[in-house]
Amino acid sequence: MKRHLTWRAGLVAAAALLSFVYIIPSIPGFAPLPGWWRYVRPLIFAPPPEPISLGLDLQGGMHLVLEVDTDKAVEIVVERRVAEIRRAVEREGIAVETLERRGTNQIFLEVKGERALGQLEQILGNYPEMARSQRGATGLLLTQSAREVAAIQERAVEQNVEKLRNRVDEFGVREPLIQREGDRRIIIQLPGIKDPERAIKLIGKTALLEFKLVDEQHSLEEALAGEVPEGSEILYQNTLDPQGRVVQRFAFLLEKKTLLTGDVITSARARPSDPASDFEVSLQFDREGAKIFEEITRKNVRRRLAIVLDGNIYSAPVINEPIAGGQAQITGRFTPEEARDLAIILRAGALPAPVEVIANLTVGPLLGQDSIRAGLQASILAGVLVILVMAVYYRLAGLIADMALFLNLVMMLGVLAGIQATLTLPGIAGIALTVGLAVDSNVLIFERIREELKVGKTARSAIDSGYSKAWVTIIDSHITALITAMALFLFGSGPVRGFAVTLGLGVLINLFTATVGTKVVFDWLILRGMKRISI
Amino acid sequence: MEIVGKTNIDFLGLRRVAFIGSTLMVLLGLIASVQIARGQANLGIDFVGGTSVQVLFERPVDLGEVRRVLAAGGFADSELQQFVGGRRLFIRMKASGESVAGTGAKIKETLTQGFSDNPFILESSNEVGPVIGRELQVAALWAIVISLLGIVTYIAWRFEFRFGIAATVATFHDVLVVLGIFFLMGKEITLLIVTALLTLAGYSLTDTVVVFDRIRENFRARRRGSLAEIINASINEVLSRTIMTSLTTLLAIFAIFLLGGEVLRDFSLALLFGIVVGTYSSVFVASAIVYEWRVRGRRPGVRAKRQAQSLH
Repeated sequence: MKRHLTWRAGLVAAAALLSFVYIIPSIPGFAPLPGWWRYVRPLIFAPPPEPISLGLDLQGGMHLVLEVDTDKAVEIVVERRVAEIRRAVEREGIAVETLERRGTNQIFLEVKGERALGQLEQILGNYPEMARSQRGATGLLLTQSAREVAAIQERAVEQNVEKLRNRVDEFGVREPLIQREGDRRIIIQLPGIKDPERAIKLIGKTALLEFKLVDEQHSLEEALAGEVPEGSEILYQNTLDPQGRVVQRFAFLLEKKTLLTGDVITSARARPSDPASDFEVSLQFDREGAKIFEEITRKNVRRRLAIVLDGNIYSAPVINEPIAGGQAQITGRFTPEEARDLAIILRAGALPAPVEVIANLTVGPLLGQDSIRAGLQASILAGVLVILVMAVYYRLAGLIADMALFLNLVMMLGVLAGIQATLTLPGIAGIALTVGLAVDSNVLIFERIREELKVGKTARSAIDSGYSKAWVTIIDSHITALITAMALFLFGSGPVRGFAVTLGLGVLINLFTATVGTKVVFDWLILRGMKRISI
Repeated sequence: MEIVGKTNIDFLGLRRVAFIGSTLMVLLGLIASVQIARGQANLGIDFVGGTSVQVLFERPVDLGEVRRVLAAGGFADSELQQFVGGRRLFIRMKASGESVAGTGAKIKETLTQGFSDNPFILESSNEVGPVIGRELQVAALWAIVISLLGIVTYIAWRFEFRFGIAATVATFHDVLVVLGIFFLMGKEITLLIVTALLTLAGYSLTDTVVVFDRIRENFRARRRGSLAEIINASINEVLSRTIMTSLTTLLAIFAIFLLGGEVLRDFSLALLFGIVVGTYSSVFVASAIVYEWRVRGRRPGVRAKRQAQSLH
């Protein structure tokens, strides 16, 4: 018995010590870990100790769920193909009646005369992934294969994650989390963020920058009356007040064709505009972009070139002379902050597909601190009440159970830090609840011991049979609690998951502390010659 | 120290009264479930989609005034709650369309203008799109189904079939009773409340298991005497444990209820009810079902004996 006891006592001590090591980084004012830990850690394959990670409800911050409009991504790709094919047929001089996108992933092409159909062969040979089918004598319907569509959607989500990561990194948030979830969702967590509205603007914008010519051949009035000429569209320039509300809208008739997009931007910076009351964003294009921009400005001197961001016109200046060097400005009465954020998203690049915020949980830092304090106070009160009741009701045995309870808490915090589980407010409730439940095993055992003592057994045999008889019941009750915790973990989200984690851990740890932990103390007392138990 | 000492209470004798009370409460819970399924109950925004905003004003605000300001800003159908001497305000709005993005910011803007002389901080805002809400409903339903199924399977494996059924009935009983009480109180059924219901299901089952374990043990080990006497004796033997555990758990949850803040208040309230009901049901519902079932079976004495032998 003695040998076993040493072994078990060692186990309990090791568990307590290890847990404590993992709690150290979470103690405010971070006491550094002891030096020997550096050598021991690799030996026991322990992960590096880090502070317990707090959920957003405790540390404040923002939790966003974005849904990527993947259909739009497919449309954009198909639209780009249409533009490529149009350029090619123009180059070859093929007479085309219609060339347009149909639905999400189809292109309809109609040529003048059947002979022209044959000429298309070479151009369309470049697009083996598009299935062709004849429509009438001179029409063709091109359809993207389902595999290609899936690949485009997949790529769009991946690239969105990448671009969003760039934006968030530049925004400067400590330890952001950007993670893909499922087919078309992205989760973004920004802990401790100060200005959530600004973050939303930064993240939610597609930031598709386009340069388009203003259509001055046709009348804007007629277009507004409903007769929009083919190849043109109406877009608006909005003037906003400081609260971000639209106070004025100017309509423009623009040529639909996009001459240049933000893809060619190599750098974007915010700077004061010329009459230095506002800020503007200056752009630098890459070499290819600079060439195209110079050509556009050379061909269209005296015309107006609109700068369009996500379908809104920011400005439409008159081109006075050809612009070489690949520089442009976006002016729009920006505040310094707005200009800075716009520069960030232009540098990071447009999202390949628009996103929609479908869930947004924002918790202010003060509330988080409040919640931690409330949770701590509740847990302490729970602990004190339970400890008192146990000590009064079971005396020395109760005190031993209280020690086990304390060990339970230490191990819980240690494991939370060790596996880097996230502690949430419901998680703290889970801990407090575990405090109540944790003593249940000991109550079961102690009641058994009392019964055994009543039939006249000695202290030693009453303890042994008390533990072994209560064991079956303890296992049954722990497994049912674990089943619940697992179901909550699998199907719960965020805070509920935090509850499931602490409840599940509490149950497992309790199995150890309440049976092995307290038994060690009793056995030790018996070994020291205790004849009567104070229970 | 002992609270109850050795007791000899005829719990089974009280079963008819208990059955009537339980049936009424379960009916209430069933009505609540039907209303939830029909979308008539007060489901939280995490299930139906919507926006909730929590703000802390510098000085107390008048609820009527807030209502007027919000209505003027286009948020007429919002629910309001006040805490901390009228300074903390909780605004909740169910989603009207498919998109909720930006609603929180708009509510904040409306309040800023309506209460320009009383600054506030936005403590939290939560926008849940209806799509997510529907997904959470499905997820919550699965959590309930899986955990109940898992528990029933385990009990059925550990005990004889009738015990499994009785334990399951008792567990459903507890969940439905607490759901019914919450429905009657007009409480919002949120994700956290569902979590509490599942937790109390686990707790109530533990209680039942403890009683059943003792009944099984007594069947096996001894005893002469009628079925009712054995069951009654078993319940009495574990009574002090039942009371002690319920007491410590109640104390712990009461601490959360008292100090845990508004977020956890309804959650802990559900658990408080749950523990009381769970303790009651393990004695009056679960054991009584086992008794009734056995008594109504053919030649109860012999059956009880044979099954007692094959129990473990």
